[in-house]
Amino acid sequence: MISFENVAYSYGGGELLSDITLRLAPGSFHFLTGPSGAGKTTFLKLCYAELLPSSGRVTLFDSEVRSLTRDAVAMTRRRIGVVHQDCQFLDHLTLSANVSLPLTVAGRPEAPRDLADLLAWVGLDRLAGSLPPQLSGGERQRAALARAIIMGPDVILADEPTGNLDWEMSLRLLTLLVELNRMGKTVLVATHDLNLIRQAKSQIAARVLRIAKRRIQLAGADL
Amino acid sequence: MKRLFAPTTADSVVPPSGHTAWLTSFTAGAMTFLAVFALALAMASGRLAERWAGALERTATVRLSAPPEQIAQQEQAVLDLLATTPGIAAARPLTTDEQRRLLEPWFGPDLPVDALPLPRLIEITEDGSGYDSEGLRLRLAAEAPGAVLDDHTRWRRPLAVAADRLRLLGWLSIGLIGLTMAAMITLAANAALAANAQVIGVLRLVGARDSYIARAFVRRFTLRALAGAGAGAVLGLAGVAVLPSADQAGGFLTGLGFQGAGWLLPLVLPPVAGLVAFAATRAAAFRKLKELN
Ligand SMILES: Nc1ncnc2c1ncn2[C@@H]1O[C@H](COP(=O)(O)OP(=O)(O)OP(=O)(O)O)[C@@H](O)[C@H]1O
Ligand SMILES: [Mg+2]
Repeated sequence: MISFENVAYSYGGGELLSDITLRLAPGSFHFLTGPSGAGKTTFLKLCYAELLPSSGRVTLFDSEVRSLTRDAVAMTRRRIGVVHQDCQFLDHLTLSANVSLPLTVAGRPEAPRDLADLLAWVGLDRLAGSLPPQLSGGERQRAALARAIIMGPDVILADEPTGNLDWEMSLRLLTLLVELNRMGKTVLVATHDLNLIRQAKSQIAARVLRIAKRRIQLAGADL
Repeated sequence: MKRLFAPTTADSVVPPSGHTAWLTSFTAGAMTFLAVFALALAMASGRLAERWAGALERTATVRLSAPPEQIAQQEQAVLDLLATTPGIAAARPLTTDEQRRLLEPWFGPDLPVDALPLPRLIEITEDGSGYDSEGLRLRLAAEAPGAVLDDHTRWRRPLAVAADRLRLLGWLSIGLIGLTMAAMITLAANAALAANAQVIGVLRLVGARDSYIARAFVRRFTLRALAGAGAGAVLGLAGVAVLPSADQAGGFLTGLGFQGAGWLLPLVLPPVAGLVAFAATRAAAFRKLKELN
């Protein structure tokens, strides 16, 4: 699905990430942890070709990212659902229009029934007509998750998806991600929330990646 | 609820952009208004150029009046002279029949041409290089005192040239107006694209292709240009229509306008303006999209 070979990334100063080699196998469930500013968001951006590696190779669905045309990048992103840390909504569109935006830009018809079900599932059915600035942080994150999965992607990348959620809602969201993983989706969740990781490990065989000293390592069983 | 889940169209994913909207319409309108006048100028000077060029093609004539006993001798002298004048391709006396036909509109078909003391007419056909009419006049006066050179080409030629230039100028103006419009619309489109950088970023993140994003802008700018140009063309046509007509006063200035089906020609301008806007916005969008990542 997604593989990194000796990847390094720097924003222009020193290297933020170095010598990263890993593979997200189809159907796997990974957490990514690390201190704030360690480069979790940066790593995710490398995974959906918003950033290109400074060196090394990133391969998405068997294509090296550097070889992708702009159109090919767009097509690849349709197969990767991303929950962005800052949600990335269009503030002039309603919540339901934002959630179905990936379908809209792909020219696919949206089934109003499915959209309503999806919004109900993340508990936002009554807010379908609201504009994003009118939503709470937690509501925005749930909407972002709904948008990430509406295309039925093969891979789901979530950047701090529970950052603004209470424990109950976090568990609901985790259950949702676990369910998606059981349906065969590859899932990667960047999070600080160790309780969430423990909770997940009781439900599923999740692996934990930790960013430390610019490297990404598989964390031990100590969690 | 139904409206809530109504599909989002490609257009509405980009928020409406206030000032670039009316800037585009206004530019297209003003430019089309000017283009209508430039077109009227081109058409009018084209008509003039054709009329005057047509007159040029007609031959000059030498008119010969002399006492009957000298006429044959002078005619021969004129023909000999013309035959040796550089720039003259042919010279030929008109036959009595041809002369009768020339006079028919004035005196009717039964005119006894032979009985009238009509001057002889000798038709001159120039070759491409033209001839020295002043020199010819002097030599005619010396050799055949009864001969007069009727040469209207001399004063018409500069007019025909001027009219031709004016026509060229009219078309050039239309071209410049088109380019200016393209430049203005490119600026407006760039401003709109820059103002929507965040929106474009989000669209790219959710998998929109450049062509999809460009379409939203291109459609919008094309429609605005079309609408503005439509209004400009109507106003321009109205402006040309209220000019006094050529029949009333005559002359070039009042002849500035369209004739017959020519009035339909300015209607081509709005679609052309739409096409210009389409091409300009499309080029700007694809360029800008690459910049914006
Ligand atoms: N566009 C950018 N240009 C320059 N530096 C950047 C840019 N984006 C991020 N950085 C820097 O790179 C480092 C890693 O940022 P990143 O967002 O990947 O961290 P993170 O692990 O996601 O942190 P957090 O847990 O706070 O979200 C930070 O020090 C940040 O300041
Ligand atoms: Mg982050």
